[in-house]
Amino acid sequence: MLQVRELECVRGDHRLFTGLNFQLRGGELLRLRGSNGSGKTSLLRTVCGLLEPTEGEVLWNGENIRRQRDEFNSALLYLGHHNGIKSELTAFENLRLGSALSGGGVSDEQIYDALEKIGLGGREDLPTQVLSQGQKRRVALSRLLLSEAPLWVLDEPFTALDVGAVDRLARLVEAHLKKGNMVMFTTHQEVDLRAGTLREVSLDS
Amino acid sequence: MNQSSLSGMWRAMVSRDLTLAMRRRADVLTTLFFFIIVVSLFPLGVSPEMELLRSIAPGVIWVAALLASMLSLGRLFSDDFQDGTLEQMLLLPQPLSVLVLAKVFAHWLVSGLPLVLLSPLLGMQLGLDSDGIVLMMVTLLLGTPVLSLIGAVGAALTLGVRGGGVLVSLLVLPLYIPVLIFGTGAVDAATSGMDYEGHLSLLGAFLVLSVVLTPLGTAAALRISVE
Repeated sequence: MLQVRELECVRGDHRLFTGLNFQLRGGELLRLRGSNGSGKTSLLRTVCGLLEPTEGEVLWNGENIRRQRDEFNSALLYLGHHNGIKSELTAFENLRLGSALSGGGVSDEQIYDALEKIGLGGREDLPTQVLSQGQKRRVALSRLLLSEAPLWVLDEPFTALDVGAVDRLARLVEAHLKKGNMVMFTTHQEVDLRAGTLREVSLDS
Repeated sequence: MNQSSLSGMWRAMVSRDLTLAMRRRADVLTTLFFFIIVVSLFPLGVSPEMELLRSIAPGVIWVAALLASMLSLGRLFSDDFQDGTLEQMLLLPQPLSVLVLAKVFAHWLVSGLPLVLLSPLLGMQLGLDSDGIVLMMVTLLLGTPVLSLIGAVGAALTLGVRGGGVLVSLLVLPLYIPVLIFGTGAVDAATSGMDYEGHLSLLGAFLVLSVVLTPLGTAAALRISVE
């Protein structure tokens, strides 16, 4: 269970949000709303532990994430604005190295399978720098298929994706929630997500 | 966390960075040619007289090695920072300092080790005798990893800062001074027939100390820079 208590975030001398409280249990989907610059990305990064909160704390299973970083990180999958893939490596190499770094356990077949499912079949062995923006995003998203992490934190996961890929990602999120896992995300698009309990947090004051 | 996942992570990190370096060979070769050219300019600029060249050889090669390793520092974290892979590294369920050490090791393999291997050639060019050349290689072998390790702290601190390249040299070059003094000192001592073991022991001590301490500093600096 993820819990956020009295969270405050200040960037520069601008206070983005203060006194923020919410929690996320298994099977729940949390959608973050807010206009541009309202602090959605900062909140997601704070939840992941990339950003130190000015006040308050983020708890994972009742304990501050800073005191159990390795444990929390192995339960977390974060997809940020940047795709986090190397442009010199192929889609396959990116995923294989990514999984080896996070502890391994993923076979080559699983990686090919994931790339096939996400719609990159036949392009596994191209350097990702020759792929289009949407295809690069898909490479990053294939990590979702390979990960066992119960908590997904997705920052604008639908940008640059075509209609088919948006739909596929939505089904992926639904399947993840059905397994009793958690998803926290932001988007400006209207996406049809049916599974799980939808909660919303708005950052607009 | 068990031993095998840690060593698997180490292997994955090193092979990832080596693959990247192979795909971007120009970056690696720039550093090497810089090293060769800087050293080769001295006979042209100072004097072709062998006696003089021999006496300045250790200093010239060492200073060129410092500058060359400085030159390659910029790439250590900045690419990963820009494409978001650094962010992902901070979120791995592994100790960040070990990851940093693996990265620095891979960086040394492509930017430090080649300098060590090239140094005999440059030593000969400057008229060093065979003892001097061997010792030159040994001191570089002990010293260049220290340069990469200390440089990593500077590179991590200046990540995302405009003009970071200049800033990193101001931060890091003063810290390179002890390595330079004992590195050249050992070769000088050997060519003049004095005992050089003390210098080598000190270089070894620097290496041990920086392997233990700098990854912690680099990891902390990376966490701050990514905020």
